[in-house]
Amino acid sequence: MALSTRHLLGIKDLTAEDISLILQTAQQFKEVLQRPIKKVPSLRDITIVNLFFENSTRTRISFELAEKRLSADTINFTASGSSVSKGETLLDTVNNILSMKVDMVVMRHSASGAPHFLAKHIPAAIINAGDGINEHPTQALLDALSIMEQFGTLKGVRVAIIGDIMHSRVAQSNIYLLKKMGAEVIVCGPPTLIPKYMEEAFNVRVEYNLQKALEWCDVANVLRIQLERQNQVLFSSLREYNLVYGINRRLLESLPKKITIMHPGPINRGVELDSDVADSDQSIILQQVENGVAVRMAVLYLLSNRQ
Amino acid sequence: MVKCLISNLIIKHLTFFIKYIYTILPRKRIEYLLLCKFLGLKTLLNHQQINLTIKRLANQVLENHVQLHNTVIIGIQPRGIRLSDRIVAEVGNEINNKEIQYGKLDITFYRDDIRKEIHFPNQTDITFSIEGKNVVLIDDVLYTGRTIRAALDALMDFGRPEKVELLVLIDRRYSRQLPIQPDYTGKTIDSIVSQKVKVLWGEEGGDAVVLD
Repeated sequence: MALSTRHLLGIKDLTAEDISLILQTAQQFKEVLQRPIKKVPSLRDITIVNLFFENSTRTRISFELAEKRLSADTINFTASGSSVSKGETLLDTVNNILSMKVDMVVMRHSASGAPHFLAKHIPAAIINAGDGINEHPTQALLDALSIMEQFGTLKGVRVAIIGDIMHSRVAQSNIYLLKKMGAEVIVCGPPTLIPKYMEEAFNVRVEYNLQKALEWCDVANVLRIQLERQNQVLFSSLREYNLVYGINRRLLESLPKKITIMHPGPINRGVELDSDVADSDQSIILQQVENGVAVRMAVLYLLSNRQ
Repeated sequence: MVKCLISNLIIKHLTFFIKYIYTILPRKRIEYLLLCKFLGLKTLLNHQQINLTIKRLANQVLENHVQLHNTVIIGIQPRGIRLSDRIVAEVGNEINNKEIQYGKLDITFYRDDIRKEIHFPNQTDITFSIEGKNVVLIDDVLYTGRTIRAALDALMDFGRPEKVELLVLIDRRYSRQLPIQPDYTGKTIDSIVSQKVKVLWGEEGGDAVVLD
Protein backbone atom coordinates (compact mmCIF):
# COMPACT_ATOMS: atom_id res chain seq x y z
CA MET A 1 0.00 0.00 0.00
CA ALA A 2 1.32 3.44 -0.87
CA LEU A 3 0.21 6.88 -1.97
CA SER A 4 -0.42 7.44 -5.66
CA THR A 5 1.86 10.50 -5.73
CA ARG A 6 5.49 11.14 -4.87
CA HIS A 7 4.87 14.70 -3.73
CA LEU A 8 2.09 16.33 -1.78
CA LEU A 9 1.46 19.41 -3.90
CA GLY A 10 -2.25 19.69 -3.37
CA ILE A 11 -5.38 17.78 -2.44
CA LYS A 12 -6.39 18.09 -6.11
CA ASP A 13 -3.86 15.38 -7.08
CA LEU A 14 -4.88 12.91 -4.34
CA THR A 15 -7.43 10.13 -4.66
CA ALA A 16 -10.01 9.35 -1.98
CA GLU A 17 -7.93 6.26 -1.11
CA ASP A 18 -4.82 8.41 -0.59
CA ILE A 19 -6.76 10.68 1.74
CA SER A 20 -8.13 7.75 3.78
CA LEU A 21 -4.66 6.24 3.97
CA ILE A 22 -3.17 9.49 5.29
CA LEU A 23 -5.98 9.98 7.80
CA GLN A 24 -5.78 6.40 9.08
CA THR A 25 -2.02 6.62 9.42
CA ALA A 26 -2.44 9.96 11.22
CA GLN A 27 -4.71 8.29 13.75
CA GLN A 28 -1.95 5.83 14.60
CA PHE A 29 0.50 8.70 14.96
CA LYS A 30 -1.92 10.40 17.34
CA GLU A 31 -1.56 7.38 19.57
CA VAL A 32 2.24 7.71 19.34
CA LEU A 33 1.88 11.31 20.56
CA GLN A 34 0.11 10.05 23.72
CA ARG A 35 3.02 7.79 24.71
CA PRO A 36 5.54 8.63 27.45
CA ILE A 37 8.22 8.78 24.73
CA LYS A 38 6.57 10.54 21.79
CA LYS A 39 9.19 9.66 19.23
CA VAL A 40 9.58 6.84 16.71
CA PRO A 41 12.70 6.04 14.69
CA SER A 42 10.96 5.75 11.27
CA LEU A 43 12.77 8.55 9.41
CA ARG A 44 16.09 8.19 11.20
CA ASP A 45 18.11 8.34 7.98
CA ILE A 46 16.18 11.13 6.30
CA THR A 47 17.01 14.82 6.13
CA ILE A 48 14.24 17.35 5.61
CA VAL A 49 14.54 21.04 4.83
CA ASN A 50 11.74 23.42 5.82
CA LEU A 51 11.75 26.19 3.23
CA PHE A 52 9.55 29.01 4.42
CA PHE A 53 9.49 31.92 2.03
CA GLU A 54 6.46 33.31 3.82
CA ASN A 55 5.66 33.89 7.50
CA SER A 56 4.20 31.06 9.53
CA THR A 57 3.96 30.01 13.16
CA ARG A 58 1.70 26.97 13.43
CA THR A 59 2.60 25.24 10.20
CA ARG A 60 6.34 25.64 10.62
CA ILE A 61 6.41 24.53 14.26
CA SER A 62 4.00 21.72 13.49
CA PHE A 63 6.11 20.44 10.60
CA GLU A 64 9.31 20.75 12.58
CA LEU A 65 7.81 18.91 15.53
CA ALA A 66 6.44 16.19 13.24
CA GLU A 67 9.89 15.75 11.68
CA LYS A 68 11.55 15.54 15.08
CA ARG A 69 8.97 13.06 16.38
CA LEU A 70 9.85 10.88 13.39
CA SER A 71 13.58 11.20 14.17
CA ALA A 72 14.38 12.97 10.89
CA ASP A 73 17.18 15.54 10.69
CA THR A 74 15.80 18.99 9.99
CA ILE A 75 17.13 22.22 8.55
CA ASN A 76 15.16 25.44 8.79
CA PHE A 77 15.29 28.05 6.12
CA THR A 78 13.57 31.41 6.17
CA ALA A 79 13.75 33.79 3.25
CA SER A 80 14.71 36.83 5.30
CA GLY A 81 18.40 36.74 6.15
CA SER A 82 19.18 34.28 3.34
CA SER A 83 20.75 34.68 -0.07
CA VAL A 84 17.27 35.10 -1.55
CA SER A 85 17.54 38.75 -0.55
CA LYS A 86 20.75 38.90 -2.62
CA GLY A 87 18.76 37.85 -5.68
CA GLU A 88 19.31 34.07 -5.84
CA THR A 89 16.57 32.28 -7.76
CA LEU A 90 14.26 29.72 -6.15
CA LEU A 91 15.65 26.85 -8.20
CA ASP A 92 19.28 27.77 -7.42
CA THR A 93 18.52 28.06 -3.72
CA VAL A 94 16.83 24.67 -3.60
CA ASN A 95 19.44 22.95 -5.77
CA ASN A 96 22.18 24.25 -3.49
CA ILE A 97 20.39 22.89 -0.46
CA LEU A 98 19.74 19.56 -2.15
CA SER A 99 23.38 19.13 -3.12
CA MET A 100 24.01 18.84 0.62
CA LYS A 101 22.07 15.54 0.46
CA VAL A 102 18.60 16.53 1.59
CA ASP A 103 15.80 14.01 0.95
CA MET A 104 12.59 15.96 1.39
CA VAL A 105 11.48 19.56 1.04
CA VAL A 106 8.66 21.15 2.98
CA MET A 107 7.84 24.41 1.32
CA ARG A 108 5.74 27.51 1.77
CA HIS A 109 5.80 30.22 -0.84
CA SER A 110 3.71 33.27 -1.60
CA ALA A 111 3.58 32.38 -5.31
CA SER A 112 0.89 29.88 -6.29
CA GLY A 113 2.44 26.92 -8.08
CA ALA A 114 5.97 27.37 -6.69
CA PRO A 115 6.11 23.80 -5.29
CA HIS A 116 4.72 22.42 -8.57
CA PHE A 117 7.52 24.16 -10.41
CA LEU A 118 10.12 22.71 -8.05
CA ALA A 119 8.63 19.22 -8.32
CA LYS A 120 9.36 19.27 -12.05
CA HIS A 121 12.98 20.21 -11.61
CA ILE A 122 14.33 18.53 -8.50
CA PRO A 123 14.53 14.89 -7.43
CA ALA A 124 13.48 15.30 -3.76
CA ALA A 125 9.95 14.71 -2.46
CA ILE A 126 8.11 18.00 -1.99
CA ILE A 127 5.40 18.76 0.53
CA ASN A 128 3.42 21.91 -0.03
CA ALA A 129 2.94 23.85 3.20
CA GLY A 130 0.89 26.53 1.47
CA ASP A 131 1.47 28.20 -1.90
CA GLY A 132 -0.02 31.63 -2.48
CA ILE A 133 -3.77 31.40 -2.96
CA ASN A 134 -3.63 27.89 -4.40
CA GLU A 135 -3.54 25.04 -1.83
CA HIS A 136 -2.62 24.18 1.73
CA PRO A 137 -3.05 20.41 1.70
CA THR A 138 -1.89 19.50 5.22
CA GLN A 139 -4.32 22.05 6.69
CA ALA A 140 -7.20 20.43 4.81
CA LEU A 141 -6.06 17.00 6.01
CA LEU A 142 -5.91 18.06 9.64
CA ASP A 143 -9.30 19.74 9.32
CA ALA A 144 -10.66 16.47 7.94
CA LEU A 145 -9.13 14.51 10.81
CA SER A 146 -10.69 16.91 13.32
CA ILE A 147 -14.10 16.58 11.67
CA MET A 148 -13.74 12.80 11.63
CA GLU A 149 -12.99 12.77 15.35
CA GLN A 150 -16.17 14.73 16.00
CA PHE A 151 -18.52 12.88 13.67
CA GLY A 152 -16.82 9.52 13.06
CA THR A 153 -16.95 10.01 9.30
CA LEU A 154 -16.71 12.66 6.60
CA LYS A 155 -19.48 11.26 4.47
CA GLY A 156 -22.61 13.39 4.63
CA VAL A 157 -21.18 15.88 7.16
CA ARG A 158 -22.33 19.40 6.34
CA VAL A 159 -19.48 21.87 6.31
CA ALA A 160 -19.81 25.60 5.81
CA ILE A 161 -16.63 27.41 4.86
CA ILE A 162 -17.07 31.01 5.89
CA GLY A 163 -15.12 34.16 5.13
CA ASP A 164 -12.44 35.18 2.68
CA ILE A 165 -12.86 32.38 0.11
CA MET A 166 -11.16 34.34 -2.67
CA HIS A 167 -7.73 34.61 -1.05
CA SER A 168 -7.83 31.37 0.90
CA ARG A 169 -5.73 28.35 -0.02
CA VAL A 170 -7.23 26.63 3.00
CA ALA A 171 -10.72 26.96 1.49
CA GLN A 172 -9.64 25.51 -1.85
CA SER A 173 -7.88 22.50 -0.31
CA ASN A 174 -10.77 21.93 2.06
CA ILE A 175 -13.33 21.99 -0.75
CA TYR A 176 -11.34 19.50 -2.84
CA LEU A 177 -10.91 17.17 0.12
CA LEU A 178 -14.43 17.33 1.49
CA LYS A 179 -15.92 16.80 -1.96
CA LYS A 180 -13.68 13.78 -2.59
CA MET A 181 -14.66 12.26 0.75
CA GLY A 182 -18.39 12.75 0.26
CA ALA A 183 -19.08 15.64 2.62
CA GLU A 184 -21.53 18.41 1.77
CA VAL A 185 -19.98 21.84 1.40
CA ILE A 186 -21.26 25.37 1.11
CA VAL A 187 -19.19 28.52 1.04
CA CYS A 188 -20.38 31.70 2.69
CA GLY A 189 -19.04 35.24 2.71
CA PRO A 190 -19.51 38.67 1.20
CA PRO A 191 -19.93 38.56 -2.61
CA THR A 192 -16.70 40.48 -3.07
CA LEU A 193 -14.74 37.73 -1.30
CA ILE A 194 -16.25 34.80 -3.21
CA PRO A 195 -14.96 34.18 -6.75
CA LYS A 196 -17.56 34.57 -9.45
CA TYR A 197 -17.68 31.04 -10.85
CA MET A 198 -17.45 29.21 -7.51
CA GLU A 199 -20.58 27.09 -8.06
CA GLU A 200 -19.59 25.96 -11.55
CA ALA A 201 -15.91 25.42 -10.79
CA PHE A 202 -16.16 23.55 -7.51
CA ASN A 203 -19.72 22.29 -7.53
CA VAL A 204 -20.43 23.85 -4.14
CA ARG A 205 -23.37 25.95 -3.06
CA VAL A 206 -22.78 29.62 -2.37
CA GLU A 207 -24.70 31.27 0.43
CA TYR A 208 -24.40 34.97 1.18
CA ASN A 209 -26.48 34.89 4.35
CA LEU A 210 -24.44 33.85 7.39
CA GLN A 211 -27.47 32.94 9.53
CA LYS A 212 -28.79 30.56 6.85
CA ALA A 213 -25.37 28.96 6.35
CA LEU A 214 -24.97 28.35 10.08
CA GLU A 215 -28.48 26.91 10.41
CA TRP A 216 -27.70 24.42 7.65
CA CYS A 217 -24.26 23.21 8.70
CA ASP A 218 -22.80 20.79 11.27
CA VAL A 219 -19.35 22.36 11.12
CA ALA A 220 -18.40 25.95 10.42
CA ASN A 221 -14.84 26.37 9.21
CA VAL A 222 -14.21 30.08 9.68
CA LEU A 223 -11.39 31.58 7.63
CA ARG A 224 -9.12 34.47 8.40
CA ILE A 225 -9.56 37.73 6.52
CA GLN A 226 -6.27 37.85 4.63
CA LEU A 227 -5.54 41.55 4.61
CA GLU A 228 -2.00 40.96 3.34
CA ARG A 229 -3.30 39.49 0.08
CA GLN A 230 -5.97 42.10 -0.57
CA ASN A 231 -4.69 44.90 -2.74
CA GLN A 232 -8.04 46.58 -3.17
CA VAL A 233 -10.89 47.47 -0.88
CA LEU A 234 -13.28 44.51 -0.88
CA PHE A 235 -15.35 45.52 2.13
CA SER A 236 -15.63 48.87 3.80
CA SER A 237 -14.25 48.17 7.26
CA LEU A 238 -13.33 45.33 9.60
CA ARG A 239 -16.04 46.51 11.95
CA GLU A 240 -18.65 46.22 9.24
CA TYR A 241 -17.38 42.77 8.30
CA ASN A 242 -17.66 41.72 11.94
CA LEU A 243 -21.23 43.01 12.15
CA VAL A 244 -22.38 41.08 9.07
CA TYR A 245 -20.11 38.02 8.88
CA GLY A 246 -18.52 37.82 12.33
CA ILE A 247 -19.60 34.86 14.49
CA ASN A 248 -20.49 35.61 18.09
CA ARG A 249 -22.13 33.78 20.98
CA ARG A 250 -25.54 35.40 20.48
CA LEU A 251 -25.62 34.15 16.89
CA LEU A 252 -24.64 30.60 17.90
CA GLU A 253 -27.29 30.51 20.63
CA SER A 254 -29.98 31.47 18.13
CA LEU A 255 -29.26 28.29 16.11
CA PRO A 256 -31.42 25.17 16.53
CA LYS A 257 -28.43 22.86 17.13
CA LYS A 258 -24.92 23.03 18.51
CA ILE A 259 -22.46 23.37 15.65
CA THR A 260 -18.70 22.83 15.73
CA ILE A 261 -16.46 25.83 15.07
CA MET A 262 -13.11 25.44 13.34
CA HIS A 263 -10.50 28.01 12.34
CA PRO A 264 -7.15 27.42 10.62
CA GLY A 265 -5.49 30.22 12.62
CA PRO A 266 -4.24 32.82 13.18
CA ILE A 267 -7.54 34.25 14.44
CA ASN A 268 -8.40 37.90 13.99
CA ARG A 269 -10.32 38.13 17.25
CA GLY A 270 -13.27 40.46 16.94
CA VAL A 271 -13.29 40.24 13.13
CA GLU A 272 -14.33 36.81 11.85
CA LEU A 273 -14.63 35.20 15.30
CA ASP A 274 -15.44 36.80 18.63
CA SER A 275 -13.49 35.66 21.67
CA ASP A 276 -16.55 34.19 23.39
CA VAL A 277 -16.88 31.76 20.43
CA ALA A 278 -13.19 31.06 19.82
CA ASP A 279 -12.68 30.02 23.45
CA SER A 280 -15.97 28.15 23.90
CA ASP A 281 -16.46 24.39 24.14
CA GLN A 282 -17.94 24.40 20.63
CA SER A 283 -14.63 25.43 19.14
CA ILE A 284 -12.11 22.68 18.29
CA ILE A 285 -9.40 25.09 17.17
CA LEU A 286 -6.78 23.73 19.55
CA GLN A 287 -7.61 20.11 18.67
CA GLN A 288 -6.97 21.10 15.05
CA VAL A 289 -3.49 22.24 16.00
CA GLU A 290 -2.89 18.99 17.90
CA ASN A 291 -4.05 16.94 14.92
CA GLY A 292 -1.75 18.97 12.69
CA VAL A 293 1.35 17.26 14.08
CA ALA A 294 -0.14 13.77 13.60
CA VAL A 295 -1.28 14.50 10.04
CA ARG A 296 2.10 15.93 9.08
CA MET A 297 3.85 12.92 10.59
CA ALA A 298 1.63 10.68 8.45
CA VAL A 299 2.36 12.66 5.27
CA LEU A 300 6.11 12.70 5.89
CA TYR A 301 6.11 9.01 6.75
CA LEU A 302 4.10 7.96 3.68
CA LEU A 303 6.17 10.09 1.28
CA SER A 304 9.56 9.15 2.70
CA ASN A 305 9.93 5.95 0.69
CA ARG A 306 12.30 6.55 -2.20
CA GLN A 307 14.97 4.28 -3.64
CA MET B 1 1.81 -32.56 -26.53
CA VAL B 2 0.77 -28.90 -26.99
CA LYS B 3 -2.69 -29.68 -25.67
CA CYS B 4 -1.13 -31.30 -22.64
CA LEU B 5 1.04 -28.23 -22.00
CA ILE B 6 -1.88 -25.83 -22.30
CA SER B 7 -4.10 -27.83 -19.99
CA ASN B 8 -1.22 -28.03 -17.51
CA LEU B 9 -0.86 -24.27 -17.66
CA ILE B 10 -4.56 -23.74 -17.11
CA ILE B 11 -4.59 -26.04 -14.11
CA LYS B 12 -1.58 -24.28 -12.66
CA HIS B 13 -3.20 -20.86 -13.00
CA LEU B 14 -6.48 -22.14 -11.69
CA THR B 15 -4.87 -23.51 -8.55
CA PHE B 16 -3.18 -20.16 -7.93
CA PHE B 17 -6.44 -18.36 -8.47
CA ILE B 18 -8.40 -20.66 -6.17
CA LYS B 19 -5.72 -20.46 -3.49
CA TYR B 20 -5.78 -16.67 -3.68
CA ILE B 21 -9.56 -16.50 -3.45
CA TYR B 22 -9.61 -18.79 -0.44
CA THR B 23 -6.93 -16.88 1.43
CA ILE B 24 -8.85 -13.61 1.17
CA LEU B 25 -12.13 -15.10 2.34
CA PRO B 26 -11.76 -15.88 6.04
CA ARG B 27 -15.14 -17.62 6.30
CA LYS B 28 -14.04 -20.27 3.85
CA ARG B 29 -11.00 -21.37 5.81
CA ILE B 30 -12.28 -24.90 6.34
CA GLU B 31 -12.66 -25.45 2.64
CA TYR B 32 -9.26 -23.87 2.18
CA LEU B 33 -7.85 -26.50 4.49
CA LEU B 34 -9.43 -29.27 2.44
CA LEU B 35 -7.95 -27.63 -0.61
CA CYS B 36 -4.54 -27.51 1.05
CA LYS B 37 -4.78 -31.25 1.54
CA PHE B 38 -5.82 -31.69 -2.06
CA LEU B 39 -2.92 -29.55 -3.31
CA GLY B 40 -0.46 -31.35 -1.08
CA LEU B 41 0.24 -28.54 1.42
CA LYS B 42 1.55 -29.93 4.64
CA THR B 43 -0.51 -29.27 7.74
CA LEU B 44 1.83 -28.67 10.65
CA LEU B 45 -0.80 -28.24 13.35
CA ASN B 46 -4.48 -28.98 13.06
CA HIS B 47 -7.30 -27.37 15.01
CA GLN B 48 -7.15 -29.73 17.95
CA GLN B 49 -3.37 -29.53 18.19
CA ILE B 50 -3.50 -25.72 18.18
CA ASN B 51 -6.01 -25.80 21.04
CA LEU B 52 -3.78 -28.08 23.09
CA THR B 53 -0.68 -26.06 22.28
CA ILE B 54 -2.33 -22.80 23.33
CA LYS B 55 -3.45 -24.41 26.62
CA ARG B 56 0.09 -25.64 27.24
CA LEU B 57 1.63 -22.25 26.44
CA ALA B 58 -0.84 -20.50 28.76
CA ASN B 59 0.03 -22.94 31.55
CA GLN B 60 3.75 -22.44 30.98
CA VAL B 61 3.30 -18.69 31.26
CA LEU B 62 1.41 -19.20 34.55
CA GLU B 63 4.12 -21.55 35.83
CA ASN B 64 6.69 -18.78 35.51
CA HIS B 65 4.41 -15.89 36.50
CA VAL B 66 2.34 -16.95 39.50
CA GLN B 67 -1.10 -15.32 39.30
CA LEU B 68 0.42 -12.94 36.70
CA HIS B 69 1.51 -10.77 39.60
CA ASN B 70 3.41 -7.83 38.04
CA THR B 71 3.16 -9.41 34.58
CA VAL B 72 1.67 -7.90 31.44
CA ILE B 73 0.87 -9.62 28.15
CA ILE B 74 1.51 -7.83 24.87
CA GLY B 75 0.49 -9.14 21.44
CA ILE B 76 2.22 -7.93 18.30
CA GLN B 77 0.03 -6.45 15.56
CA PRO B 78 -1.39 -7.66 13.30
CA ARG B 79 -0.87 -11.42 13.28
CA GLY B 80 0.11 -12.01 16.89
CA ILE B 81 -3.21 -10.67 18.16
CA ARG B 82 -5.33 -13.74 17.41
CA LEU B 83 -2.87 -15.86 19.37
CA SER B 84 -2.49 -13.39 22.25
CA ASP B 85 -6.31 -13.09 22.53
CA ARG B 86 -6.51 -16.86 22.96
CA ILE B 87 -3.61 -17.00 25.42
CA VAL B 88 -5.14 -14.20 27.51
CA ALA B 89 -8.49 -16.01 27.53
CA GLU B 90 -6.86 -19.28 28.63
CA VAL B 91 -4.76 -17.61 31.31
CA GLY B 92 -7.85 -15.72 32.49
CA ASN B 93 -9.73 -19.01 32.92
CA GLU B 94 -6.95 -20.43 35.04
CA ILE B 95 -6.72 -17.50 37.43
CA ASN B 96 -10.50 -17.00 37.79
CA ASN B 97 -10.71 -14.06 35.41
CA LYS B 98 -8.60 -11.80 37.53
CA GLU B 99 -7.93 -8.61 35.58
CA ILE B 100 -5.04 -9.18 33.18
CA GLN B 101 -3.04 -6.26 31.84
CA TYR B 102 -3.14 -6.94 28.11
CA GLY B 103 -1.92 -4.64 25.36
CA LYS B 104 -1.47 -4.64 21.61
CA LEU B 105 1.67 -3.31 20.03
CA ASP B 106 2.21 -2.19 16.45
CA ILE B 107 5.81 -2.15 15.30
CA THR B 108 5.45 -0.50 11.88
CA PHE B 109 7.25 2.70 12.83
CA TYR B 110 10.19 0.75 14.26
CA ARG B 111 10.88 -1.45 11.22
CA ASP B 112 14.35 -1.45 9.73
CA ASP B 113 13.21 -1.64 6.09
CA ILE B 114 11.37 1.67 5.67
CA ARG B 115 13.66 2.65 2.79
CA LYS B 116 12.54 -0.44 0.88
CA GLU B 117 8.84 -0.43 1.50
CA ILE B 118 6.24 1.59 3.38
CA HIS B 119 4.09 -0.53 5.64
CA PHE B 120 0.67 0.45 6.81
CA PRO B 121 0.36 0.84 10.59
CA ASN B 122 -2.12 -0.97 12.85
CA GLN B 123 -3.48 0.19 16.15
CA THR B 124 -1.30 0.23 19.25
CA ASP B 125 -3.30 -0.10 22.44
CA ILE B 126 -1.23 -0.08 25.61
CA THR B 127 -3.06 1.84 28.31
CA PHE B 128 -0.74 1.01 31.19
CA SER B 129 2.90 1.65 32.03
CA ILE B 130 5.27 -1.27 31.63
CA GLU B 131 7.88 0.32 33.90
CA GLY B 132 9.29 -2.44 36.12
CA LYS B 133 6.86 -5.07 34.78
CA ASN B 134 7.51 -8.54 33.42
CA VAL B 135 6.39 -8.53 29.80
CA VAL B 136 5.31 -11.59 27.82
CA LEU B 137 5.55 -10.67 24.13
CA ILE B 138 3.40 -12.77 21.80
CA ASP B 139 3.65 -13.35 18.04
CA ASP B 140 2.48 -16.18 15.81
CA VAL B 141 5.59 -17.12 13.80
CA LEU B 142 9.20 -16.39 14.72
CA TYR B 143 11.24 -16.31 11.52
CA THR B 144 14.09 -13.82 10.96
CA GLY B 145 13.71 -12.17 14.37
CA ARG B 146 13.45 -8.67 12.87
CA THR B 147 9.88 -8.12 14.02
CA ILE B 148 10.88 -8.95 17.58
CA ARG B 149 13.87 -6.62 17.36
CA ALA B 150 11.50 -3.82 16.35
CA ALA B 151 9.03 -4.82 19.06
CA LEU B 152 11.73 -4.63 21.74
CA ASP B 153 12.63 -1.10 20.60
CA ALA B 154 8.96 -0.10 20.55
CA LEU B 155 8.42 -1.59 23.99
CA MET B 156 11.19 0.49 25.56
CA ASP B 157 9.26 3.64 24.59
CA PHE B 158 6.53 2.61 27.02
CA GLY B 159 8.88 2.35 30.00
CA ARG B 160 11.70 0.15 31.22
CA PRO B 161 10.39 -3.38 31.78
CA GLU B 162 11.93 -5.63 34.44
CA LYS B 163 12.10 -8.53 32.02
CA VAL B 164 10.80 -9.37 28.53
CA GLU B 165 9.94 -12.91 27.45
CA LEU B 166 8.89 -14.12 24.01
CA LEU B 167 6.08 -16.56 23.27
CA VAL B 168 5.51 -17.86 19.73
CA LEU B 169 3.27 -20.51 18.22
CA ILE B 170 5.75 -21.51 15.52
CA ASP B 171 9.51 -21.19 15.72
CA ARG B 172 11.17 -21.51 12.31
CA ARG B 173 14.52 -22.87 13.34
CA TYR B 174 17.83 -22.00 11.58
CA SER B 175 16.38 -18.99 9.77
CA ARG B 176 17.20 -16.27 12.28
CA GLN B 177 19.00 -13.12 11.12
CA LEU B 178 19.33 -11.73 14.63
CA PRO B 179 20.25 -13.39 17.94
CA ILE B 180 16.68 -13.74 19.26
CA GLN B 181 15.21 -16.89 20.78
CA PRO B 182 11.73 -17.63 22.16
CA ASP B 183 11.07 -18.55 25.80
CA TYR B 184 7.82 -20.39 25.07
CA THR B 185 7.41 -22.27 21.78
CA GLY B 186 4.33 -24.01 20.41
CA LYS B 187 6.16 -26.01 17.78
CA THR B 188 9.63 -25.84 16.30
CA ILE B 189 9.88 -26.52 12.58
CA ASP B 190 12.63 -26.76 9.99
CA SER B 191 11.82 -25.06 6.72
CA ILE B 192 13.60 -23.48 3.81
CA VAL B 193 13.44 -19.80 2.85
CA SER B 194 11.16 -20.34 -0.15
CA GLN B 195 8.54 -22.03 2.02
CA LYS B 196 5.86 -20.05 3.77
CA VAL B 197 4.33 -20.88 7.13
CA LYS B 198 0.76 -19.72 7.40
CA VAL B 199 -1.26 -19.62 10.56
CA LEU B 200 -4.95 -19.70 9.66
CA TRP B 201 -7.43 -18.55 12.28
CA GLY B 202 -10.81 -19.73 11.11
CA GLU B 203 -14.20 -20.03 12.69
CA GLU B 204 -15.16 -23.16 14.66
CA GLY B 205 -12.77 -25.96 13.79
CA GLY B 206 -10.92 -23.95 11.20
CA ASP B 207 -7.59 -23.14 12.87
CA ALA B 208 -4.49 -24.63 11.35
CA VAL B 209 -0.83 -24.06 10.62
CA VAL B 210 0.19 -25.03 7.09
CA LEU B 211 3.46 -25.12 5.18
CA ASP B 212 3.14 -23.69 1.67
